[in-house]
Amino acid sequence: MLAAIRPDSWNFPLLLHVFGAMVLVGGLVTAVTALILGWRRDTAAYTRFAFWTLLVLVLPAYIVMRVGAEWIFSKENFVEGQEPDWIGIGYITADLGALLILITLIVTGIANRRLRSADGGTSVLARVSAVLTSIILAAYIVAMWAMSAKPG
Amino acid sequence: MSFTDWLLFLHIASAFALVAALVTFWSVAIAARNVDRPVDSLRYFRISKPANILITVGTIGTLIFGIWLAIDFDAYKVWDGWILIAIVLWAIAAGTGQRGGMTYQQAAQLAGRLDAENRGAEPSAELKAMLQNRQAMWLTIISSVAVLLILIDMIYKPGA
Repeated sequence: MLAAIRPDSWNFPLLLHVFGAMVLVGGLVTAVTALILGWRRDTAAYTRFAFWTLLVLVLPAYIVMRVGAEWIFSKENFVEGQEPDWIGIGYITADLGALLILITLIVTGIANRRLRSADGGTSVLARVSAVLTSIILAAYIVAMWAMSAKPG
Repeated sequence: MSFTDWLLFLHIASAFALVAALVTFWSVAIAARNVDRPVDSLRYFRISKPANILITVGTIGTLIFGIWLAIDFDAYKVWDGWILIAIVLWAIAAGTGQRGGMTYQQAAQLAGRLDAENRGAEPSAELKAMLQNRQAMWLTIISSVAVLLILIDMIYKPGA
């Protein structure tokens, strides 16, 4: 029961938004797991997997989630400046999350490149990626709570 | 936050856990598809370990909190058509997902056994065949499509 009764024209944008958000969280869980596993061993292999997960899964899912969010927001006709709190939480986490995803993608990409040429070992950049990805995931869990419980 | 709000949050959180697990399984299944060395496959199986917990929490949580929500929320009844459709799809997703996952579990056990026998770096045709098992792949596809249909059903609520 993902939402109460709403006009039919809102369904597809909502589906897009929710589906994108679910795949986004799934991709982040996958990337975080790989980066944490690579903290001490097999860093190169786990960082490569995390980088491709972020690039092929997380980034496109973010775009789908964000497009769906903007689309449904345009239909809800909120009065500017008087939007409920959960909309604000959604915007902050989505926009800050986008910035963090891009930074993480770049950092993980550099770590992946260095590890490949270094032929093994651990990487500080990969550890930074693990922390950043965990922060993004935590932020989106808060956003999911705000979107479902709708405080304010 | 009311009790219903909490139920809704837990229901949606469970759905997110379920899809997150499927996303991890698919990522690992695709990445490990051409792997034949136990040591390499074990690396991928380690990534999917948290997903094993998420799939259990998500599968059970969506059903329990969903039914609880239908009982708690006056506008809906458990026997509403769209809720019954969701329950049938849930059963299909859970059944096929479990059956498909068994092959990958057996592959993980085989890889673990070969690695324990110090044969982790040697290619294994049996392991590769398990990781490329078409039946397991199709069962996982059916399970994932059923989950997607549940999401569509939850949003469109046909007949509500």
